[in-house]
Amino acid sequence: MTTPALRDLVIRHPGQLDKQPFLEVVDLKVHFPTDDGLVKSVDGLSFALDRGRTLGIVGESGSGKSVTSLAVMGLHTRPSSERTRPGAQLSGEIYLDGDELLSKTPEYVRSLRGKRMAMIFQDPLSAMNPYHTVGQQIIEAYRIHNPVNKKVARKHAIDMLGRVGIPEPSRRIESYPHQFSGGMRQRAMIAMSLSCDPDLLIADEPTTALDVTVQAQILDLIRDLQSEFNSSVVLITHDLGVVAELADDVLVMYAGRAMEYGSAEQLFNRPAHPYTWGLLGSIPRFDRVGAERLLAIKGTPPSLINVPSGCPFHPRCGYAARNGGLSEDVRPELAPVEPGHTVACHLSPTEREQIWEHEIAPKL
Amino acid sequence: MRRLLWAVVLLIVLSMVTFSIFYLVPRLGGATPETLAARYVGRAATAETVHLTAEKLGLLDPVIVQYWHWLKGIFVGASYDYGSGVEHCPAPCLGYSFITKQPVWPELLDRAPVTISLVVGASIIWLIAGVSIGVISALRRGTVFDRGAMGVALAGVSLAFFSYRLGITAPGGTFVPFSQNPALWAYSLLLPWITLAFLFSAQYARLTRAGMLETMSEDYIRTARAKGLPERMVILKHALRGALTPVLTIFGLDVGLLLGGAILTEKTFSLNGLGKYAYDGIVSGDLPKILGVTLVAGFFVIMANLIVDLLYGVIDPRVRLE
Repeated sequence: MTTPALRDLVIRHPGQLDKQPFLEVVDLKVHFPTDDGLVKSVDGLSFALDRGRTLGIVGESGSGKSVTSLAVMGLHTRPSSERTRPGAQLSGEIYLDGDELLSKTPEYVRSLRGKRMAMIFQDPLSAMNPYHTVGQQIIEAYRIHNPVNKKVARKHAIDMLGRVGIPEPSRRIESYPHQFSGGMRQRAMIAMSLSCDPDLLIADEPTTALDVTVQAQILDLIRDLQSEFNSSVVLITHDLGVVAELADDVLVMYAGRAMEYGSAEQLFNRPAHPYTWGLLGSIPRFDRVGAERLLAIKGTPPSLINVPSGCPFHPRCGYAARNGGLSEDVRPELAPVEPGHTVACHLSPTEREQIWEHEIAPKL
Repeated sequence: MRRLLWAVVLLIVLSMVTFSIFYLVPRLGGATPETLAARYVGRAATAETVHLTAEKLGLLDPVIVQYWHWLKGIFVGASYDYGSGVEHCPAPCLGYSFITKQPVWPELLDRAPVTISLVVGASIIWLIAGVSIGVISALRRGTVFDRGAMGVALAGVSLAFFSYRLGITAPGGTFVPFSQNPALWAYSLLLPWITLAFLFSAQYARLTRAGMLETMSEDYIRTARAKGLPERMVILKHALRGALTPVLTIFGLDVGLLLGGAILTEKTFSLNGLGKYAYDGIVSGDLPKILGVTLVAGFFVIMANLIVDLLYGVIDPRVRLE
């Protein structure tokens, strides 16, 4: 099914080209039919993630970050003949350790959920069931995939709570989510996700709902646990600070597509896409003397029903006019700017370098 | 504890209000103690006898004093002096029927098992039927089943009323106490159960469906799926509990109210329960009967609500009392 050309688009790290990545997403499309039209939440997204590495997916709200993660987890409601309400239409390929998931039965994907791939959600208060104790929820997660009795599972849950830094775990296991603080809840949520030692952990804005001081603790925790469990992590966030903290690779998404993709070092030091420049310019900095106004990206993200033609970013891009209407008409594909670093933009390498050096970099 | 206290206060207020409705309001409407007393001694009695009876029964006292005697009767019993002898009515005394001259309380006790059997059986049926239909409808939202079930549910409310007119009677004939023969007990109540349950299950199906649709879109349902739980467990362990909270509230009210007499069903199937008793009381204007049933019904409603309140804490740990 896979056309070689498509898989070639997925960038690989030099020296790892021969190895199969742990998670590979090829030309993923997630479309939702609605009364107003087809919402193209994700439209032709490809990326790969190796074992033990962290991929940060960055973008504004509605750029398709969470939709992508739910697609990997198989959590979208698929269209069904007996429902009149349409579900999500998915196409493309998702490989987990070489196993293509979109062609598998929902039951098969369910058996992988929680065991091989797990997810941490944004708001742990609403993401945990208020009617069950924290312990019950962790025990449940463990026992679905491990045929052990309640006593063993309970011991494991206490152990997990201790590992994520919850004091007195054998007592707190009896608590309900509302009796925990925000940070504690997220720790418990992480304990629940990691209870079956998954190979892939998807963290969907794991720190957005938390205090800044707690954010740092949770990020440290995720990093420590990742090295301990050697899992691959997909970190979804709109916060570039979080990405800088944790990610090895970064994928910048806009309107359901990849705009720029590379290592964190490349993206932060030599960002190549005007949208990435905008994101970096939007970060407030105190260490700049005579701080100018933030380089806010003008406008708002586009409607996903009527995605702008050509480059979806062109209506908001300050450099779209530079190549004679090309941005308005032709959709740019990801193309390498340096090894392991690709960008979907019509700017020529020389133009890009000049703009970056003279206009953007001095202001950042 | 505070809730228990409130329940007691509410019961006292309820007794005052019902007593006033039946003893004070007729007075304001022009009834004299004599016209009330006349119901005890029969219409053929002389004015002298009527007056004497009114005096003996305390009907000449101010209403507030009568209320006090009535209340005292409930707790310590009362004695009525008919001149020909003293009749003692042990606590809890709710007075004597105007018509049959029998004390009300033992009659209520006799009939309560019928109503309780009817309501308990029917409520179990409608709860199971209503909740299951509601859950399935919610999960197959928009399908033929959903539309069909919701259509029937809507029609069910109206149909149940019409079915009373068909005059179907219980196959077992008369009510058989559970202690005597459980099989016959169930057999004699089967049709009344189904009739009563049909009337209510429609409402419960709609309520459950709405609750399910709401909880199924909660974040924690997505989390449960992300853990790899099979859909059946997602629904039964995670979604149903949240969906049942509003169902429980209505269930408490309905059961409480029905325990005070399922008038229509009891009348239709000639079941000698509290509802039939109240109906007879209303038809013959037998005030002590009506007052007794009303008080018992109020007691059931208040108790049912108290139990629902306590159950909330069991279902939802967030409202658990310290």
